[in-house]
Amino acid sequence: MSAKAESWQTAEIAGPTKANVIVKPEIAAAMIKRAKRPIIVVGYLSTKTDKDTGKMIEYAIRMNKACGIPVVATAHTIKEFVKQGFNDAIQMNAMDIGNRLKDPTWNGLDGKGPYDLALFMGLPFYMEFVILAGLKHFSTNLKTISLDRYFNPHASWSFPNLKVEEWNQSFETIINKLGGN
Amino acid sequence: MAKKGLVVKAKELKTDVAVVKDLQVSIGKLVDDTWEEPMGPTPMPSMTDLRDWDFELLRRYKPFYLPFCDVCCLCTFGKCDLSGDKRGACGLNMAAQQSRIVLLACCIGAATHTAHARHLVHHLIEKHGGDFPLDQGGLNIDVEAPVTRLVCGIKVETLRDMEEALDWAEEQVTHCLSACHTGQEGSNLDFESKAFHAGMADQVGMEIADLAQISVYGFPKADPEAPLVELGFGATDVKKPTILVIGHNVPSSVGIIDYLTKKKMLGQVEVTGICCTAHDLTRYEPSAKVVGPISWQLKYIRSGMADLIMVDEQCIRADTLEEAQKVKTPVIASSPKNCLGLKNRTNDSVDELVNDLVEGKVHGVLILDSDKAGEVAVEAVLKVAPKRNKFSIIPDIEEIKAAGAACSGCNECVRACPNNQPIPEAMKAAAEGDLAPFSEILDNCIGCARCDSACPKDFPLHSFMTKAGEQKLWEEKYLMRSGRGAIQDIEIRNVGGPIVLGEIPGVIAIVGCANYPEGQGAIAEITEEFAKRRYIVVLSGCAAMSVAMVKDENGQTLYEKYPGGFEAGGVLNVGSCVSNPHIAGAAIKIASIFAKRNLRGNYEEIADYIHNRVGAVGLAWGAMSQKAASIASGFWRLGVPVVVGPHGSKYRRMLLGRADKKEDWYVYDARTGDKVYTGPTPEHLFTTAETKEEVIVMMAKLCFRPNDTTKGRSMKLTHYIDLHKRYYGVMPEDIHLFIRNKMDIPITMKPEIQKILEEKGWEETKIPDPTLLKRMVRKRG
Repeated sequence: MSAKAESWQTAEIAGPTKANVIVKPEIAAAMIKRAKRPIIVVGYLSTKTDKDTGKMIEYAIRMNKACGIPVVATAHTIKEFVKQGFNDAIQMNAMDIGNRLKDPTWNGLDGKGPYDLALFMGLPFYMEFVILAGLKHFSTNLKTISLDRYFNPHASWSFPNLKVEEWNQSFETIINKLGGN
Repeated sequence: MAKKGLVVKAKELKTDVAVVKDLQVSIGKLVDDTWEEPMGPTPMPSMTDLRDWDFELLRRYKPFYLPFCDVCCLCTFGKCDLSGDKRGACGLNMAAQQSRIVLLACCIGAATHTAHARHLVHHLIEKHGGDFPLDQGGLNIDVEAPVTRLVCGIKVETLRDMEEALDWAEEQVTHCLSACHTGQEGSNLDFESKAFHAGMADQVGMEIADLAQISVYGFPKADPEAPLVELGFGATDVKKPTILVIGHNVPSSVGIIDYLTKKKMLGQVEVTGICCTAHDLTRYEPSAKVVGPISWQLKYIRSGMADLIMVDEQCIRADTLEEAQKVKTPVIASSPKNCLGLKNRTNDSVDELVNDLVEGKVHGVLILDSDKAGEVAVEAVLKVAPKRNKFSIIPDIEEIKAAGAACSGCNECVRACPNNQPIPEAMKAAAEGDLAPFSEILDNCIGCARCDSACPKDFPLHSFMTKAGEQKLWEEKYLMRSGRGAIQDIEIRNVGGPIVLGEIPGVIAIVGCANYPEGQGAIAEITEEFAKRRYIVVLSGCAAMSVAMVKDENGQTLYEKYPGGFEAGGVLNVGSCVSNPHIAGAAIKIASIFAKRNLRGNYEEIADYIHNRVGAVGLAWGAMSQKAASIASGFWRLGVPVVVGPHGSKYRRMLLGRADKKEDWYVYDARTGDKVYTGPTPEHLFTTAETKEEVIVMMAKLCFRPNDTTKGRSMKLTHYIDLHKRYYGVMPEDIHLFIRNKMDIPITMKPEIQKILEEKGWEETKIPDPTLLKRMVRKRG
């Protein structure tokens, strides 16, 4: 993977503060492991299975099983989680979860305190772009990771623009490093 | 009624005490106040008069800012990096900068509609005189121009009366815009308040524009049975000489129809329209055709079917002239706001103008006289059409195949595509002669042609899609109910009670542009989901066209299946962008006609009433423009929540409630003064939905209001839970927040819900007479 990256949507550039590129999936796995309170936000594109979306919903479930990371399903994504036998996802509007993650006094879905790492995947690129921008500028102790196939520059960390095989392999590595299968 | 511009002159005036020569007394206005309704506290409010109300809303619905980028580049201090907690050279921080951008958008939108209104009113006064009476619906409308009554505190009865309201609106928009200057406003919340103010001025501007054109042009007047008009590529008879009009401001299109009528040629020339001018054109002459929403521009022009294009103002592609040249179609620009670099030929003779256009001496002309523009358009199109012979630049299949084979797969097209459409894959398939993928892309295409611009080989990709979808396009033939205008007072009388009590579960207003994430079919799906549940669905603008572009198995559109009245299960097209205040006006008239509240200059009280009692929600699924921002803003200040589709997230600010913060959801009980918890009703003032499924569930939830009766709340809950289960596959997690006592629980769901309430530790709460305004508490002492 390249250490340089360009925003997938050509005009959607961030400015002086751009995401660090996840050059190796092990980096993402290490960050998840190191986080005290990580959370994953999964958008509706994860329910599709074309070349751009792969099997994201399955990866989200496997990550949850590997490390217990709580899952927020935005829009109607929850239906697919349930269909796949995963009943632990919480349904929320993407803006609503973004707004709460921004708030350092929010005690999270379980009331145990604020999150320190938020992973995003499966939202429309441009929508994730602006939510990540909101979190970049207005959250205090939160890091963000974009796990989508495309470089999303407002995240703290993002995959570069990847080939499908590289992307799938990255998920496999992350899940493996988290102790899952 | 105020009468303006009284001047008294006396050459010589003799009295007991003096002789006065050359006396002149000028009076700005005379108030002939025979209107019995007392004036409220805020007629023609200044930028800060409603600031407390705005802050009350913003206390509950706090902004969540979504910057596009880290910098501000609005002045030569900058660029300034505003990331994190940095401030720019002027001292502004990121929150204030984002709210400033929101205010700018709202000012642009409000200025556009207000200038549109001003142009119309000037033009119509010039033609018909200032005393021309306004008529929105004859005896069916007593509360005319409810927004103007509410905001400005005046009744408008003639064209001239409208100028006073426009004077106010223009002044406010100028003040608001000035606040965006470097070194002016510094607080994000004050920027937000000003954005609300601009939105409110916008509502006045739009209302004036529509009332003027309804009155003078004889558009349908609050008519639930407004004619069904034809819409779609396939509806146009392109064998005839064809004029395409694009834009929003209808006088020059009226000029075409009037000239055709005068010459007894109506029917010999096909007059077609795109965007809101098309709405207003068919309101004027139902035999005119609507091609489609804004995103249909390029494909129609490139298809070569228009033999002449006339543009007026707003939402017109800036490259219309260049695109028209490619298909040898002359262009007439008819608005000072959109001159396209063309020479002003207003004073030239019709013959000269027609000759120059027909002979191709010029590609276009600017004619700032709507009658002359109409005459030139008709005379020119009759001669241009045979010469053009529908010349098109849509490529043939061989050309597309060759391009497909030459495509390097660089991905620049898909990276430029707002909807991330798989164009490189379509090119690969095209190389093999398979155009099906391109045809599918056309369904999701918003017609921006950024792919064309991005392609390093300059392939006209949008034209490839148009070719691939050609057959589908020409099968597009639908019926849309023409814009009906206002809602009748009698309709409000019939449904005001059921809406306020919650027995009609909500009013769903679907408005705005065609910047859709995945095609326009979603609009019809959303509309029908609510119409069949007996919500009232009100439509306008491009969204109102999109609704028409789906037929059921019997070949009927929703306009044919559902009534056009403001009633349970109604599907109403109010008209063009400037018709949106009829939707706000319906909510305002509920407060006036049903609840007998005074409207006149009484904005805060009425907004408080609407926010707490009228279960209305706006949806701009394909919002794109600054006008859509100001329209939304006008609704926010009235306390009406608005949802946008995913592209609307780029407006850079949401106004979100926090259902988990109980302290945010208290109101005063106007009967006792007690503060009562009402649950998050409505939960957000402005948010984005990611999918049509989410919109449907969200809109049902956003119809909850603190005032709902138990019967009404039970009904609203039934819909919310049913939709949640259907689209999300699970029971909602938050129903305990919306149940105030056990009577609220839908009977058929009682056991299931009671179990949830026990698990959540639910407690019963009171149903208040809700208000956010302490001054509205009736108990004294």
